[in-house]
Amino acid sequence: MPGHFEPLPGGGAAVALDEVEISIIRSLAVQLLELIGPGPAENASADPLAELFAEGPSEPPSDPVLKRLFPDAYSGPGVEAGSPEQAEEQHARSAEFRRFTENDLRAGKRENVLTVIRSLDGLTLGGDGGAVLKLTAAQSEQWLRALNDLRLAIGSRLDVVDEEDTDLLYRLPDEDPRKPMVMAYLWLGGLQETLVETLMP
Amino acid sequence: MGDVTAPAPLEIEKTESAEEVFAVPEPDVPWVTIVHNDPVNLMSYVTYVFQTYFGYSKDKATKLMMDVHHKGRAVVSSGTREEMERDVQAMHGYGLWATLQQDRK
Repeated sequence: MPGHFEPLPGGGAAVALDEVEISIIRSLAVQLLELIGPGPAENASADPLAELFAEGPSEPPSDPVLKRLFPDAYSGPGVEAGSPEQAEEQHARSAEFRRFTENDLRAGKRENVLTVIRSLDGLTLGGDGGAVLKLTAAQSEQWLRALNDLRLAIGSRLDVVDEEDTDLLYRLPDEDPRKPMVMAYLWLGGLQETLVETLMP
Repeated sequence: MGDVTAPAPLEIEKTESAEEVFAVPEPDVPWVTIVHNDPVNLMSYVTYVFQTYFGYSKDKATKLMMDVHHKGRAVVSSGTREEMERDVQAMHGYGLWATLQQDRK
């Protein structure tokens, strides 16, 4: 069924995609990949060990999408600092956490998005301009995370910060410039919803 | 993993003088991982993450997801600071918005 993942016997999932759908997912995935940043290979140092021990950034990214993908670990809503000293401590701990985790998190997300791009590039279009994408269980897990990150990214760009915003998206007039992005956002939500169903333990 | 309960505080009888001699250290307060509500993340996906990463039952995972959804946040695991940092990192890997803090009562 178009736009719906279905479980494959023996594990994994499959979805029929048409040419336009393939190009939409691919283009969004490439944009996310560019935002997450190049892997170490593109600015690799001569010493592979140095790369292994390279520390990540200590300050949160300025881009709102990246800020949402890599949030502070020690402060959030409902986690009020009781004093300036406590706020300082939270900030220092968030910075330390970021130094030691952000590079790995970025690498993981990059891998997931790359899996999406590679599996789309591996498709052969049939005479009707469509193809059936078949994923192994492991690929399904990566697709699931990548679809979620894509939706977080689009949701952030569309300023979806509470449930009411989502309701508003459904009622956007056709001439609204955000409409195509909203359609993609909602469609990816349907894809993710059906993919998670195939993976439910 | 994750389903850690805080040990009951040891009841140690102390005399007045013992308390004066030994500075009472910060009690072994556990840390908690908190997942915050996010209108983008699908309810089914959040439940799936709680089941697969923490190994929680469908019922427990669903209840935690509903707590996140309705109350804005839920404590999803507790343990040492290191363990909670690991859980928070894993949650960020799944795209869930998580933080950790000491479970001050």
